[in-house]
Formats: sequence, structure tokens, C-alpha cells
Amino acid sequence: MSFERLVFYTFAAILVYAATRVITVRNPVHAALHLVLAFFTCAGLWLLLEAEFLAITLVLVYVGAVMVLFLFVVMMLDINLASLKAGFVRYLPVGATVAALMLLEMILVLKSKGFDAASMPPPVRHAADYSNTRELGSVLYTDYVYPFEIAAVILVVAIIAAIALTLRKRGESKMQNPAEQVKVRREDRVRLVKMAAETRKPAESED
Amino acid sequence: MVLADFLILGAVLFGLSVAGIFINRKNVIILLMAIELMLLAVNMNFIAFSHFLGDISGQVFVFFILTVAAAESAIGLAILVVLFRNRHTINVEELDSMKG
Repeated sequence: MSFERLVFYTFAAILVYAATRVITVRNPVHAALHLVLAFFTCAGLWLLLEAEFLAITLVLVYVGAVMVLFLFVVMMLDINLASLKAGFVRYLPVGATVAALMLLEMILVLKSKGFDAASMPPPVRHAADYSNTRELGSVLYTDYVYPFEIAAVILVVAIIAAIALTLRKRGESKMQNPAEQVKVRREDRVRLVKMAAETRKPAESED
Repeated sequence: MVLADFLILGAVLFGLSVAGIFINRKNVIILLMAIELMLLAVNMNFIAFSHFLGDISGQVFVFFILTVAAAESAIGLAILVVLFRNRHTINVEELDSMKG
């Protein structure tokens, strides 16, 4: 067994274990942490497939941002765990049956002629100075530049939607009203007063 | 390793997340996590095909899936927070006020 194969099977076992724990564990915090483990292991597998940029992106974006968001939300909500887990055993046979059927179908397809080692041989590894990031970037900014822009717009929409959904007006919070600030007139702020000039009394001798 | 190994691993992940959606159908947070796992399985297939066919386009597609999935989970969690603030529950079975 080659080293690559060993790494693949180890990572695959960890990935399947983590995914199983995500769906069976009682506490959502533990589920989120096992999902982090699953993402991390998957990033390792992607490195094995020479997708270095996406592996790093998965760790940075998913483990670093999305899962932290998940953990924040899970810890913010005060959930009654007992009622949420009530139907666990009842739905287990249905879920297991559907999952097993889907897996069986996929394996039947994948064990056919088209996917074996003869018809789809493992490609030769790239040289050490091959840059996956440069390769991906050169395609992303030329052929896929419009989808790239649309992806940026989707992210902006997501930011605005998430803020607009969760923002709430509270009575005690103090904030500026720019409209009021802009339409202020000079008369509201400055008052000119007329008064008689004061004359200074001759100074008395101090010393 | 052949292509089928990675595809079967993706299929196992996908099957696990489908089972997760069935057995955790009351908890919206776990449902969102199962959807993330499904997307991960799909991305695994894309990258495996990209590697074995020597075509970088699969990785570009995974890039876009990651972007959309990040946006989706951000909005989903925001909806979840608002839902919990208004109804004090995230149990799917109690969220049936739209039912006639």
C-alpha cells in the first residue's frame, strides 16, 4: 500500500466519522465542532487532489468564518435540546433506508466500466514549481470574469441581507440622524446678539 | 487511488447528510449543517473529476459553490436568529402558523 493510499484511507475514515457525529450528536455545539473536523479533513483530501488553493480557501473561509458564525448562533440561542431530539429514533429507519439506497445506487454506477483505473488513469503529478493558484486565477479572471463579478454581488447582497434581517431598533440606543444633520440651517446654530459696547474702566494700580 | 474511490467517498458523505436531514428534522441548525455537508460532498466530486480529467474548470465551479454556500449560510443563520427572537423556538414542528 503506497503512502498516498494510506493517507487517503485515513482521511476518508476521519471524514466519515466526523460526518456521522455531526448528524447523531445531541449537542449542536459538538455537531458544529465535528463539522469543523470534517471540513479540515476534506481540505487534506483536496490537497491530495492538487487543489491547493481551494483547500486553503476551505480552511480559511469555512473553518475560519462560516463555522465561527455557526458557533456564535448556536451559543446565542437558548435551545431546549430535549424536545428537538424527540423524534430521533422514529425517523432513523427511514433516513437510514434512504441513505443506504442512494449509496447503493451510486456504488452500482461507480463500479461500472467507465470509472475504473483502466479507463480513467490517475494523471501524472505536476512539477514542484506548478502553481495551482496562478492556474485558477488565469482562468477565473478571463473566461469566468462575469460569473466572478456576479459572485461578488451575491456576497454584497448576503452582507446587506444579514445585517438588515438582524438589525433591530432599540429605544435606548443613541444614533445620529444624517438627514437632520444635513438640513440644519445657520439660524439653528448661531445667534447674533446686539449689545452696547462696554468701556473698560481705567485700571487701578496693582502694584 | 482511482476516481471511483473519491466519488464513493463523496457518495457516502452525501448519504450521511441525507440521513441527517431525515433524523434531525426538528432542529434547524443541524439541518443547515447537513446542507453544508451535502455541498462538501458535491465539491469533493467536482475536485476529483477536475483532477482526473486535467480540467481546471471544475475547481472554478467549486470556488463559486463555496461563495454561494457562504452567502447562503450567512442569510440562513440571520433568518434563524430573527425566527428565534420572535418565536423563542427553532423546532420545525412548532413553526406551522402558515398552515391553513
